Amino acid sequence: MTVADVSPASEGGAAARARGAGRRRAAGRVRLSRAVLVVPAVLAVALVVLPLLGLLAGTEWRGLPGRLADPSVRPAVRLSVVTTLVTVAVCWAFGTPLAWLLSRAEGRTATWLRAVLTVPVVLPPVVGGVALLLAYGRRGLVGQPLVDAFGLRIPFTPFAVVLAQVFVSLPFYVLAVEGAMRGIDRRLLEVSATLGARPLRVLTRVALPLAAAGIASGTALAWARALGEFGATITFAGNFAGETQTTSLLVYVALQDDPQTAVALSLVMLVVAVAVLGLLRGRWLR
Amino acid sequence: MTLDAQVRLTRGTLELDLPLRAADGEVLAVLGPNGAGKTTALHALAGLVRLGAGHVRVDGETWAGDGVHLDPSLRRVGMLSADHLLFPHLTARGNVAFGPRSRGASRAAAAARADAELEALGVLDLARRRPAQLSHGQAQRVALGRALATDPRLLLLDEPLSALDPGLRPQVRATLAARLREFRGSAVLVTHDPLDALTLADHLVFVETGRIVQEGSPTDVVARPRNPYVAQVVGLNLYPGTADDGTTVSTPLGAVVTGGHDHRGPSWVAFAPSAVALYPDAPHGSTRNAWAARVASVELVGQSARVRLVTGGAGPAVLAEVTAGSVATLRLQPGQELWAGVKATEVSAYPR
Repeated sequence: MTVADVSPASEGGAAARARGAGRRRAAGRVRLSRAVLVVPAVLAVALVVLPLLGLLAGTEWRGLPGRLADPSVRPAVRLSVVTTLVTVAVCWAFGTPLAWLLSRAEGRTATWLRAVLTVPVVLPPVVGGVALLLAYGRRGLVGQPLVDAFGLRIPFTPFAVVLAQVFVSLPFYVLAVEGAMRGIDRRLLEVSATLGARPLRVLTRVALPLAAAGIASGTALAWARALGEFGATITFAGNFAGETQTTSLLVYVALQDDPQTAVALSLVMLVVAVAVLGLLRGRWLR
Repeated sequence: MTLDAQVRLTRGTLELDLPLRAADGEVLAVLGPNGAGKTTALHALAGLVRLGAGHVRVDGETWAGDGVHLDPSLRRVGMLSADHLLFPHLTARGNVAFGPRSRGASRAAAAARADAELEALGVLDLARRRPAQLSHGQAQRVALGRALATDPRLLLLDEPLSALDPGLRPQVRATLAARLREFRGSAVLVTHDPLDALTLADHLVFVETGRIVQEGSPTDVVARPRNPYVAQVVGLNLYPGTADDGTTVSTPLGAVVTGGHDHRGPSWVAFAPSAVALYPDAPHGSTRNAWAARVASVELVGQSARVRLVTGGAGPAVLAEVTAGSVATLRLQPGQELWAGVKATEVSAYPR
């Protein structure tokens, strides 16, 4: 009110001065209140950016190619590439239909399914590893029948690496894609049905193209989660070089006796992650 | 009789119970206020909504009822809504070809069919455009082509013109009328625009709160409304009453002298707003019907004005249409007291 007041020319100078001082005090309060918001925001940025700067600062750039040529690096990177790609493929093949059905479903079953799918998102990965072990282990729910029937042992194999990654990343994918599919105008799907499209065609020709952005970001999320998977993998698949040692596990191991290799690998993963984000950003992410 | 349906279902508080029938090449218009259940009935015909009871039969084939519920993709329907609902990721041609492709046509055959439809609607030059690059009127034409490209047995039109600019409507209405004349199946048109219904339909059905309140041919309905809502839509003053003798009917307006009628007992009385004349004082002479009235509102449309009147305190309302000149002469304003008169020859009465 005081700030907005316009003083008529007839008023005395003293009153105008008093009003000026009041106005300055009010402006000061606005600045203070703004600072109360800005300071924590800057701190939040620092908490995220400082470690990334630390990684860049701590890298010995000269020796980088040599470090990456270390004999332990290649198998780990290859394993990570293969397993994360398989995980993404599993998400697409199984997660997409699930997301589609969930997005169309109403009622209690769907609500429960959604809740169950959220569990791996909030579960500590180590606990996930224990759960996987108890399901697929030698005495496990699924593991024992498999051993008895085929002599098939899952834990501590590359297959186990994939199972661990799928366990943690599939829910991310399904929830992201389901959200995108839920956002599609329902009437477009109804129209496609009246045009004679069977459910599968409605999905592939209408829903998938319209949910492309959600599928892309869901894939990126799931892939990043799989690449960074550590706790469930080391618990359920172990850490055998050339067999189940993914890049993430190698970074941790190398940090003990060959820190610069760990730093070099970390840098590569950072670059790859940023590159994926950048690729998606232009077209599909805001 | 190609479309033979009895749509019965409950949605929230709405209980729908509509018999809907249309022969080959016939357009059935369903009119009604918002919330009357028109769109729901259309969705039930398309199979997007399940019937509670009743049936939908087309060409003798049962689509719904008797324990049957055919999936929408198996019903031969075409649907057109107020919003064009074109697939945003496909071109105009891709949109129209979608139906034929879904029904098993080869890519080339579907594209050829799409081009034929676009050609017939005068939008072939837009075939490669996406919906976002089309104007509303163009998009609606493409959507009509898409609905027709599957050779539907039943065409469902849900307020097809209501989302268009008023200036565009006549053009698109003409296109729609031309295509409907060639269309050999049955069509159901849901609308609340009487002009759509009168120009496009062969048979009208008026629906209120899920029930039919009147049906008939456009000329019949326009001449003899039998329901206040219908009268409002076709723009007539309508009052229920009782025919006492061959020339008068007692109505809430009082005894109304008509141009002569044969029936006795329950009766409707109707006259056009343009038949109502306004006088500053009680009229005499050839005007047999006159009521003291108060002006409720005046609305000028071009050279004529629609004047809403309330008779006898808070009695029944009368709608009058007078020239802009009379508005000026009488200096019409809300609240003004005057007299409304109608000649007996302008009043028609028919059994209720």
